[in-house]
Amino acid sequence: MKLEVLDREYMYPGHVACPGCGAAIAMRFLLKTLGEKVIMVLPACCWSVIAGPYPQSTLKIPVIHSAFETGGAVATGVRAALDIQGDTETMVVTWAGDGGTFDIGFQALSGAVERNENFIYVCYDNEAYMNTGVQRSSSTPYGAWTTTTPGREWKKMRKKNIVEALVAHRIPYAATANIAFPEDLVTKVKKARDTKGSRFLHIFATCPTGWRIPSEMSVRIARMAVQTNIFPLYEVEDGVRYTINYKPKEFPVKEYFHLQGRFQHLTDEDLDHIQDMVNEDWQLLLRKAGERTP
Amino acid sequence: MKRVLEGSQAVAEAVRLSRVAVISAYPITPQTHIVETLSDFCAQGKMNARFLRVESEHSALASLIGAATTGVRAFTATSGQGLALMHEVLHWTSGARLPIVMAEVNRALAPGWNIWIDQTDSLAQRDTGWIQFYCESGQEVLDTVIQSYRLGEEVNMPVMVVLDAFFLSHTYEPVDVPEQEEVDRFLPPFVPKFKADPAAPCAFGPLVPPAAYMEMRHSMAQAMEEALRCYPAMEEAFEGLFGRRYGMVEAVHCEGSDIVLVTTGTVTSTCRQVLEELRGKGEKVGLLKLRMFRPFPTDEIRRHLGGAKKVAVIDRNFSFGASGIFAQEIRAALCNEPGHPPVFGFVAGIGGRDVTADTLKGIYEHVKAKESPDRESVWVGLQEVRNEA
Ligand SMILES: Cc1ncc(C[n+]2csc(CCOP(=O)(O)OP(=O)(O)O)c2C)c(N)n1
Ligand SMILES: [Mg+2]
Repeated sequence: MKLEVLDREYMYPGHVACPGCGAAIAMRFLLKTLGEKVIMVLPACCWSVIAGPYPQSTLKIPVIHSAFETGGAVATGVRAALDIQGDTETMVVTWAGDGGTFDIGFQALSGAVERNENFIYVCYDNEAYMNTGVQRSSSTPYGAWTTTTPGREWKKMRKKNIVEALVAHRIPYAATANIAFPEDLVTKVKKARDTKGSRFLHIFATCPTGWRIPSEMSVRIARMAVQTNIFPLYEVEDGVRYTINYKPKEFPVKEYFHLQGRFQHLTDEDLDHIQDMVNEDWQLLLRKAGERTP
Repeated sequence: MKRVLEGSQAVAEAVRLSRVAVISAYPITPQTHIVETLSDFCAQGKMNARFLRVESEHSALASLIGAATTGVRAFTATSGQGLALMHEVLHWTSGARLPIVMAEVNRALAPGWNIWIDQTDSLAQRDTGWIQFYCESGQEVLDTVIQSYRLGEEVNMPVMVVLDAFFLSHTYEPVDVPEQEEVDRFLPPFVPKFKADPAAPCAFGPLVPPAAYMEMRHSMAQAMEEALRCYPAMEEAFEGLFGRRYGMVEAVHCEGSDIVLVTTGTVTSTCRQVLEELRGKGEKVGLLKLRMFRPFPTDEIRRHLGGAKKVAVIDRNFSFGASGIFAQEIRAALCNEPGHPPVFGFVAGIGGRDVTADTLKGIYEHVKAKESPDRESVWVGLQEVRNEA
């Protein structure tokens, strides 16, 4: 499959992301797909730093840096100002981390989606607060070490299912995507671009620093998250029409966990338990998509 | 045209006349009549504006950050708890140099749910970089909102127009509502120096290292000084068109008076009446109404209070562990003046309690009888509280 994106780059080289940063890869694909008619709202996250310190900017589009919890709200105002000035062409995109989306920014996001604000909200998910040094978020998966879930206190709660939370708002378009599946990612960005109202993209983005993995494993581990059904690729239209975009041949989750420093403390028993949870979530998704379950 | 309007409606009329393009607000008593009136204006097409019905005050101001950065005139209104929730974004607004205007209806803070007037909510936001005006009448509220857009846009700083809960927000008075063409002559369209525009991309509010941050803060400090310098010309233009002026402060019989009372908001109106009565009996008493609180008009205050024998400040607010906030600021303004008068501080009308003519007369008698204050603050009209063991 040929990747149909613009030849142009909207990200300058020399940004300050860590080597192997999934969030940097995700941003590059997003902008290459959307082009330059974009105003980006950027709440506090790793990308606040990656975007470059004053007076430099990593991105070739206007960026409005904003307070951590305001991604949904600031975008609402940008859209209103564009509309009242007669500019319906420029797209408004919020780009936020999992913390800014699942946790502190959830209220503003929920409000914006309930109002069906006409914008694209992208959450790049590295499964913790990475900017501040790898603290747990409600997106951190069951079993993970973080600096606030150290030692025996590793996270015992499941990852919040953010897509389902937004689907409950009857959002016109919500989809998961992954940096290791660029064709799928680009297709979804295009679909989001061509949909009206609130659109949500949940992009799985590895973080070598926080996950304690070598940077050259970044894409491979991202791919395994899909292959194991830990992070299924699917989309939901109007809060009801589910499409599963990729059906893997059930790989066991074990290897995904063995490869990452953040999971090293888990026992075989813990991994069996995690496998059960992953299977259960997959079955649930199949049922929602109206697919036969074994 | 003269109309009988509630203080809240006067705010809304001014917002309409200022051709605000984006309004975003969250309801809280006693601010609600402002946003309800503006919702009506938008629904009826009396205003060409977007009204954003967001899910919190934090989001209300945050959405205006987005709107103003994208180049349009923006407005919000709030009170008490709502203003407290906005705190982070208040700093963001001034740091981003966005001339957003807000109507702030002074309301007491919980616990002890209390929807009545207390100025501690807005004064607690003293250091957030917003210009602040304290208003006395419906007319002043209307005029000040319009003036605020002109002044704020001249120096790129946000402005808070503060009005007393109920005593002003819910009181009907005759208000002269100017014609749109007149206001247009005073207030030109908003043309920001920079705005978010894909044709000229730049980054707003990125990471700023120590090598540049301090200069950015200093430029905000300079903008506030600039606001003091711009104010007289702004008001002259306003007076030329509308025949009204208020001043950063208003001095009533301050010259030659032994005792000067300092007030803000609607207490001022009561005090005007008391002043006439006392002066009629030959008392040498004056009144200084403090209207602009940020930037603080230090020179004006020194000029009008420096010659008094005693100053009495009435605060409808309190900074715990210190004193009434206006009194603190007045003391600070005077302390470097040689031979400055002693400043008596009075705390009155907290949480909506009445400040009557008798309250003010009592304050005057207290000051007259004393050589100098024996406490930083005297709480006026306190009832005896019995603590059961
Ligand atoms: C109100 C507030 N609380 C805390 C912070 C500190 N803070 C900045 S970024 C961040 C974590 C961001 O996590 P996430 O959204 O997952 O993005 P990531 O850094 O992982 O890319 C935190 C806690 C802040 N900026 N504002
Ligand atoms: Mg994160």
